[in-house]
Amino acid sequence: MGNLTELTNETFDEEVGAADVPLIVDFWAEWCGPCRMVAPVLEQIARENAGKIRLAKLNVDDAPAVAQRFNIMSIPTLMVFQDGVAKKRIVGAKGKGQLLEDLAEFL
Amino acid sequence: MTESPVNGNTVNETRDVIIIGSGPAGLTAAIYTARANLRPLVFEGSPSSTGDQPGGQLMLTTEVENYPGFVDGIQGPELMAAMRAQAARFGAEFLTEKIDKVDFSGPPHRVWAGGTQYTSRAVIVATGARAKMLGLDAERKLLGHGVSTCATCDGFFFRGHNIAVVGGGDSALEEANFLTKFADKVYLIHRRDTLRASKIMQERAFKNDKIEFVWDSVPVALHGEDRLAGVTIKNVKTGELSELDVTGMFVAIGHHPNTNLFMGQLAMDDAAYLLTHRGTHLNVEGVFAAGDVQDRTYRQAVTAAGSGCMAAIDAERWLESQPHQAEIIETPTDW
Repeated sequence: MGNLTELTNETFDEEVGAADVPLIVDFWAEWCGPCRMVAPVLEQIARENAGKIRLAKLNVDDAPAVAQRFNIMSIPTLMVFQDGVAKKRIVGAKGKGQLLEDLAEFL
Repeated sequence: MTESPVNGNTVNETRDVIIIGSGPAGLTAAIYTARANLRPLVFEGSPSSTGDQPGGQLMLTTEVENYPGFVDGIQGPELMAAMRAQAARFGAEFLTEKIDKVDFSGPPHRVWAGGTQYTSRAVIVATGARAKMLGLDAERKLLGHGVSTCATCDGFFFRGHNIAVVGGGDSALEEANFLTKFADKVYLIHRRDTLRASKIMQERAFKNDKIEFVWDSVPVALHGEDRLAGVTIKNVKTGELSELDVTGMFVAIGHHPNTNLFMGQLAMDDAAYLLTHRGTHLNVEGVFAAGDVQDRTYRQAVTAAGSGCMAAIDAERWLESQPHQAEIIETPTDW
């Protein structure tokens, strides 16, 4: 995972509020196959767009309160926060091309 | 991901074997062709949540209890990670891309992924099948907002809810049983009054008092704007409509082979499954098929793996029977 931020119930608001670039939050869990597949793709996109966006992960098993607050009903779900506000929600695992398209406005 | 020598938008090297798909069939074919020193290139697909992702349908399951050799069962994603690692160990190369066009007028045959063209003498098609949807109006809109095709991904979010599972086969009952870990009540909606599922799955479901069977019924409308707020079902014998108060609906009504890519090039039956003859041979020389894409009967991980092995052996023997391309190409022309 390298230096990826792991968000928790306690740190979520602070991290999201403090982000100076759009923050992509990856809602995931160990038991979710599609989440495991999409994780390396996201990490690659974050690496290639360092400075423009940041990636953080939120394990729904460890932080169910946050997942509930944002009405997450399917994982993987990606939410993009800008200036502390939720700007976009992407549901389901996708390939790199599709994700780049979905995230284009932030890149 | 392995990098291949790319020249413009064409990879110059003609491979011996390209494998399309990375479920049990594709990966078993990769293990066998890699061990035969054919250095297979596997297009493993692109991440998705619908069944055509790398690793195939087993990436969306939890416990696999009937794959031989695992006394206590194994998690689907773990089994697939092991198969992939085993193929890589013998030299299989992987591209995490989806093929978007094929031209089987060779050999050599040509395939395209992300605008790049690859050529290969033999191709093994193992693209599998994906879950069917009901085709109701709001289904796409509510996918991920109460409507799901992946119980293992989404069951967690229905703790304490009432939900519905649609279907009457093994996967429907497996999902229904699994979902009772979270949900208070699971309605199993089935269009007949008997189940197709295996006896052991039926017994488990009948014994589970959180599962209520809704026989002879089909969903006809989904309610809710931002999230599923109920399902209208119709009794197919009486025509009577009724409302089910559920916040989740999991669809397990069967599968459709992933063969759109091959329309007009490969022979298919009336349900679009590829038609094989003499083992795994198709109507096109040098193209072979394995796994669910050509199997409308068994559709098991172990039968997919078995047919992947068959396709690898068929491809290897077919390659041996062909005049060696390299000898033809390397005939000196400029002395």
